[in-house]
Amino acid sequence: MIRLIDVQQEYDNGTKALKGVSLRIDDGDFVFLVGPSGSGKSTIIKLITAEVPPSAGRIMVNGYNLNTIRPSQVAHMRRTLGVIFQDFRLIEKKTVRENLTFAMKAVGASNRAIRERIPYVLKLVGLEKKGDRYPTEISGGEQQRVAIARALVNNPSMIIADEPTGNLDPQRSLEIMMLLERINELGTTMMVVTHERELVDQFGKRVIAIENGRVISDETGGYYRHDETI
Amino acid sequence: MMKRFDIRYHLREGFRSIFTHSFMSFAAVCMIVACLLIMGSFSLVAINMDHNLQQLEKENEFLAYIDETYTEEQARALQSQLEAVPNVASATFISRQDALEKYKEEQGNNELFNDLPPTVLRDRFSIHVHNIEQMKPTVLRVEEVPGVVNISVELEVAQGVVTLRNMATAIAGVLIIILLLVSLFIISNTIRLATFYRRDEIAIMKMCGATNWFIRGPFIVEGLLLGLIGAMAAFGLQWGVYTAIVRVVIETEGTQLLDILPFGQMALSVFGVFSGTGLVIGVGGSLLAIRKFLQV
Repeated sequence: MIRLIDVQQEYDNGTKALKGVSLRIDDGDFVFLVGPSGSGKSTIIKLITAEVPPSAGRIMVNGYNLNTIRPSQVAHMRRTLGVIFQDFRLIEKKTVRENLTFAMKAVGASNRAIRERIPYVLKLVGLEKKGDRYPTEISGGEQQRVAIARALVNNPSMIIADEPTGNLDPQRSLEIMMLLERINELGTTMMVVTHERELVDQFGKRVIAIENGRVISDETGGYYRHDETI
Repeated sequence: MMKRFDIRYHLREGFRSIFTHSFMSFAAVCMIVACLLIMGSFSLVAINMDHNLQQLEKENEFLAYIDETYTEEQARALQSQLEAVPNVASATFISRQDALEKYKEEQGNNELFNDLPPTVLRDRFSIHVHNIEQMKPTVLRVEEVPGVVNISVELEVAQGVVTLRNMATAIAGVLIIILLLVSLFIISNTIRLATFYRRDEIAIMKMCGATNWFIRGPFIVEGLLLGLIGAMAAFGLQWGVYTAIVRVVIETEGTQLLDILPFGQMALSVFGVFSGTGLVIGVGGSLLAIRKFLQV
């Protein structure tokens, strides 16, 4: 579960990225976080992953209080999260399987756990036959599936996807969103940051809209459908 | 199932990283070798100098002349008083007769001195000190002993020896500190390059929840290996260079008087110091390079 209570964020250069954001994402939720560039979406991700501490307000992430968390606990908190990026961030000199192995090794997983978990995750994302390929040998959509598999491989309770379809064509974007929905149905909380209006409305999930550092809307069943400017 | 610490992973990654940017690794090892070699050479010169100065110290003595009105027995009785003076290592009695014999010997047993009576000379003590630096106050204390009427000492020589040794030690010390800092800087830059090369992997590891020590592990192993390889290479070279120099010194006219220590006598110490320094430089340089980079 994630809770932000009256969170404010001001950077060293004086930019006020967040001006009192409060939101709650319960276990098992599927949430879209939308808003124009510079609205504060990326800052929320940085705060949730403890990359930056909040200037004011309280943040709870999967049982960790980020206001009082010790540096040594940050790594353990991050193990409860899986993060997916627009640019995939795969290691090109490692195969698909090695990329997943690397993520599991990073948290000290045993060889046995790696042997058991990776085939399951590859099958879940539909890449069971591409484990020995290098990222440069597969399509953009498949690379994003590898990134999703990597986010899933350590069995986090929540996945944060930052513009996961930003580099993909509409068909691949839809496939990725359907995959994320399926993963959510299997019990993983999902927060998707996106600009894709059609996708947001197509899935009819809860949408939190941010603008100018404030939550301007939090409702379920689409967001852009009332927007006449589309 | 989680493992607490996978040493094989850190060793494998650290070893692989050395070859990933092999040129920088080679440069780092060369610099460590050069620094250790220079440091080692200066240290060995200083050790040999100190050894020779210690020999010189042992031979350094001064003479305390005894009042001529004292009988030989009275003069001999002063030995315990002289040896009780702080810093006096030994006081050896030399009678007038012995002094005269020695004097005649030094003059090539010249017939001119055949009829010279021993009474023209005084009984004396040849005094050795523990610490040559304390020569002057020791002389002053010996002068205060009743019966001692004169002292023959070459304070300038003693002082010169001390100054020379202190200078050699100071120069070696300063050079060692400078070279250590240079080595630390170079290995730190090598590791910084390695962290830059692996910045994407590090970002992914952090994102996945790897602890800072898990991320540091391979870099520390890399620094440690570079330090150790450098130390081993430097030790081998030092051995060869030292042996060659000793051979030249021994064969050179005028330097045979120098007492050069054989390398074998210092090999274990040199090996220990080189390995220790290599490890400290390697691990220290790694920690220095990744300190800022890995802040949570």
